[in-house]
Amino acid sequence: MNSILGWSELTPILPELIILATACIVLVLGLFTSSEKGGLLVLTSIVGVVFAAITTAKFHMGDHELTRQVLFNGNFVRDYMGDILKIAVYAVMLFVFIYSKQYLRDKNIFKGEFFALMLFGMLGIMIMISGYNYITLYLGLELLALSSYALVAYDRDNMQSNESAMKYFILGAIASGMLLYGMSMIYGAVGTLQIDHVALQVSNTNNTMLLSFGLVFIMVGVAFKLGAAPFHMWVPDVYQGAPTATTLFISSAPKIAAFAFAIRLLAQSLEGLFDNWQHIISVIAMLSIIIGNLFALQQDNIKRLFAYSTISHIGFMLLGFVGGIDGYAASMFYIITYALMSVAGFGMIIILSCKGFEAEKISDFKGLNQRNAWFAFMMLLIVASMAGFPPLIGFFSKLVVLKAIVDQGYYVMAGIAVVFAVIGSFYYLKIIKVMYFDESESDQEITAGFDVKSILSFNALLQLGLLLFIPSILSYCIKAIETL
Amino acid sequence: MSLVHYLILAGILFVISIAGIFINRRNVLILLMSIELMLLAVNINFIAFSSYLNDVQGQVFVFFILTVAAAEAAIGLAILVVIFRKRKSLEIDKLSELKG
Amino acid sequence: MSMNILLIIALSPLVGAIIAGFFGRKIGKIGSHLVTIASVAVSCILSIQVLMGLVNGEFTVFNQNVYSWMVTGDVSLNVGFLVDSLTALMMSVVTFVSLMVHIYTIGYMHDDPGYQRFFSYISLFTFAMLMLVMSNNFLQLFFGWEAVGLVSYLLIGFWFKKETAIFANMKAFLVNRVGDFGFLIGIAAVMMAFGTLDYSEVFAQLPQFADKTISIFPGVEWSLMTFIAIALFIGAMGKSAQAPLHVWLPDSMEGPTPISALIHAATMVTAGIFMVSRMSPIFEMSDTALSFVMLIGAFTAFFMGLIGIVQNDIKRVVAYSTLSQLGYMTVALGVSAYSAAIFHLMTHAFFKALLFLGAGSVIIAMHHKQDMSEMGGLKKYMFITFITMWIGTLALTGFPGFSGFFSKDIIIEATHLSDRWGSSVAYIAVLFGVFITALYSFRLLYLTFHGKEKMDNHTKEHLKESPWVVTLPLVLLAIPSIAIGWMTIEPILFGGFLSDAIHVLPQNDVVKEIGQEHFHGAGSFVLHGLTQLPFFLALAGFALASYIYLKKISIADNAKKTFRPIYDLLQNKYGFDDFNQKYIAGGLVSLGNLLWKWSDSKLIDGLIVNGSAKLVNKISKVFRGFQSGYIYHYALVMAVAVILFIGVHVI
Repeated sequence: MNSILGWSELTPILPELIILATACIVLVLGLFTSSEKGGLLVLTSIVGVVFAAITTAKFHMGDHELTRQVLFNGNFVRDYMGDILKIAVYAVMLFVFIYSKQYLRDKNIFKGEFFALMLFGMLGIMIMISGYNYITLYLGLELLALSSYALVAYDRDNMQSNESAMKYFILGAIASGMLLYGMSMIYGAVGTLQIDHVALQVSNTNNTMLLSFGLVFIMVGVAFKLGAAPFHMWVPDVYQGAPTATTLFISSAPKIAAFAFAIRLLAQSLEGLFDNWQHIISVIAMLSIIIGNLFALQQDNIKRLFAYSTISHIGFMLLGFVGGIDGYAASMFYIITYALMSVAGFGMIIILSCKGFEAEKISDFKGLNQRNAWFAFMMLLIVASMAGFPPLIGFFSKLVVLKAIVDQGYYVMAGIAVVFAVIGSFYYLKIIKVMYFDESESDQEITAGFDVKSILSFNALLQLGLLLFIPSILSYCIKAIETL
Repeated sequence: MSLVHYLILAGILFVISIAGIFINRRNVLILLMSIELMLLAVNINFIAFSSYLNDVQGQVFVFFILTVAAAEAAIGLAILVVIFRKRKSLEIDKLSELKG
Repeated sequence: MSMNILLIIALSPLVGAIIAGFFGRKIGKIGSHLVTIASVAVSCILSIQVLMGLVNGEFTVFNQNVYSWMVTGDVSLNVGFLVDSLTALMMSVVTFVSLMVHIYTIGYMHDDPGYQRFFSYISLFTFAMLMLVMSNNFLQLFFGWEAVGLVSYLLIGFWFKKETAIFANMKAFLVNRVGDFGFLIGIAAVMMAFGTLDYSEVFAQLPQFADKTISIFPGVEWSLMTFIAIALFIGAMGKSAQAPLHVWLPDSMEGPTPISALIHAATMVTAGIFMVSRMSPIFEMSDTALSFVMLIGAFTAFFMGLIGIVQNDIKRVVAYSTLSQLGYMTVALGVSAYSAAIFHLMTHAFFKALLFLGAGSVIIAMHHKQDMSEMGGLKKYMFITFITMWIGTLALTGFPGFSGFFSKDIIIEATHLSDRWGSSVAYIAVLFGVFITALYSFRLLYLTFHGKEKMDNHTKEHLKESPWVVTLPLVLLAIPSIAIGWMTIEPILFGGFLSDAIHVLPQNDVVKEIGQEHFHGAGSFVLHGLTQLPFFLALAGFALASYIYLKKISIADNAKKTFRPIYDLLQNKYGFDDFNQKYIAGGLVSLGNLLWKWSDSKLIDGLIVNGSAKLVNKISKVFRGFQSGYIYHYALVMAVAVILFIGVHVI
């Protein structure tokens, strides 16, 4: 309590400040630009994100050996994990901006608010990643959640969009209510809200009853944000109902934030209760894998299918949490690669849609190979990576997680996970089959601009290209977890 | 009144609010009210602990929750208005197009 | 030997595949086949040179990492080559057969719109197969394993507009995943136990692990070596089509014939055999695993042969004979006669490729009809094919002097001598397998080349010998089918040629026993063979086939009345025109039919493959109701989950 807020203390949060400023600028600019000239908004957003990325990365360039900094009286932390995750978020958001521009133009709903809301959501994500106090974490969470609610309802004349927004809002509010209820109990048990203090006190207190109650409620909040079963019910409805550009957003970057949120709350502050929460996590993870894969089999709407596939992916990611340090690193690797995969998948849906037409049925992918062999191949890469076929990145992320839990002796869980991953490969194969072996029903051209096409190709090729960087990404993840 | 009484009160409010969400099948507006109630239950919890522990952080948290709750209510009502304009009804049962 | 030679061997087909695949349209058909054939020819010549070098002692065993992909903790994942006698032999066989198939393909596929694509695939396959056999670590082995599987998958579905081809390739894919799952578990177990994936490092540590056990489920202790060996073997079962994972192989005949010859007979399906031989130090540590291997092999060898008798599709007969021969190899592995398995693998590669390519030649002549009941009397139209097919068949049935005789007799003898648990059963299976092999092989010959001409007139008018690009490979393959046995039995089996690659415990070494007690040169082995039971069984099969398929047809009318059941049996044999497509057809008229129907169609297809898919579908349909769309249901699920968690966890 002795330092007075000075400029020097603001430099570590420069990335957040830049994003905040960009959001405000875009909001104002949006008032003066028409949808035809909307490129400026996208450009501003991209420039803002790139600046934020540079300021984040600067800490790790040259002589700067990262020192973990806890700022603002323990409300905020800047550490290695946070920076890695933020860089992943920047990358994902760049893709999101570019794809959503295409979508909003096609749908005639291009407005400045959309990008401003996304940037505010992104700010929320960054705060969730770096929050070091239950209050900060909660505020980051709500900033993200409120932006997301608005984004889901963005296409306001669309009934489905409204409906899904309402569902998302109600269930999200319940989840954050439960989260808060849990936090209040933890607070009551340990008398503090700061992560490291909580961690210290948890082992000293004997209020186990209060702690256990609080833990369960906190896990509800975490699981809801991740979209893990049995708190997954919102995921398919929202993914399907929301405008695809929004789905693109909420399926990618917020998952990274939710991962960080889980790490901060469970692995850091409640580390002392590891034995307690790992049982719940394993139940949640198994349920997610099972439910996600089983439900996905029945879908014919591809957004909904991806939603269930997300649930199973999240389950896989959560498996890593039972595996200790190695497991956390594996989960981190998984979530980063997953976000890049998911963004590509929805990008593909956007690129196939065009004015007045939304490619959201699996049948819309029929005969894609005849229409456009290149993008059929890109989709093949994406889907195969999601299914976890070697040698794509999705295979390795699954492998890393499985290795981590097998090392800990959880053979049965690993076995079930693999079995359901195999079941899951059926519905991915269905997409591939439709693209390559069915007759095309329309001769719809792909109308997207060259920039979007090439960025999407890049994104899809990343599923293969990232292979070369697996060792380095993995070592970053391990270092990130070790320096928590 | 001891701490436990406050906690029980908060617990009851919390359960009522959750029950309100899944028992009420008519009006979306009531859902919003239930959510407010839930947040109040949490606030009571925080305040009770805060005064019991003689620690100010809990009360700070309550201020933030109140603020966020207001913003949340604003967004909730906005969505509600949009829905009403489009459907001319606030029945929850009608909000079930997306399923399966 | 230098690393450069090995790199050229491995990469040259890849380069060919890339050129033909990406620039196929630019360089045209001729350019594509020239470039791929040249690239495979380079590999083939260099491989043979390497093999010769190893035989002469010019070269020593090469084991080195070429490229280090990543290092995680204390484990490093590398790309590297291990080239010893076993590898060199495999490399030579693979590249030689591949070269033959490349040349043959010019004739077989010349009208196909996917000409360039096809060449690109088979060259890619050659590359993948070379990576598999040349690997010096498990990871690269797995890479090659998956890559050959992928190309096989692409090629089975090559004619992707054909419904059955799509079905077959889906089936191959799914069944192989089961095998791969076991294989992956095996590799993971190796990784966990030994902390490395390098062959030599793993083998060096083996003695310390002999008595180690693991418990997969609490309370059940397994020997670690048995577990690893069986898991790896499950992988081999998938790739080498051992029962019950064999179901994909007959269906894979939907692909073009050159593929059946190259991938589904001569090379890829032998990857499992190769892998087990390569892992012989591991398998030697577990008698249980070896017994398992042997019994699976014996089952496959006998019962798959039976099915071959009732097939009418020319390629399917050869396919079932492949299954049966793979069973023989597996039995050899199971009785620790690894060198015999590899020897049979080699001879089989030649004569089975010959048989497939011969069948392909017949199919070309018949305008892509494959039903033998519409053939007959082809010998006067296509003499070269006829002669070479006879040579191939004699080799397959183990006629003394032909290459198949040496390898098969050794396996039978080794099984006889082995004292492994269950070897007596395996012995009977492989012994009577000889009879069955002769029966269906000669049946194929008679139905195709002898007897009445049953094809329609249009086909008959156009019957002619295939072009030289087709017959040349036949002739070139016929030569080793006759001679390779004579030439190599002594060095490979008894001369210790494979001793640097294969490890057999002294008490298990049945091949050595044969060498010391029974073997006195190839010539006397042939003479000895003429007095042995297998020869008479083969003769009996030959005689029965001759009687039935040359004579019985003419007296069918009489037989119809007097031997009604037998007639029905025969009737059903001839009755399935499109046997290869309709699974449910046919009655319980012969043992082969019965087995085929019950084990393949009902149990494997119906219950396990389709049944599980249906079950999963049903379950997911039921559960779908939970996602009702009502907010209050969703909230209720959340609340119930919280209460359950609290109930279980807190109280």
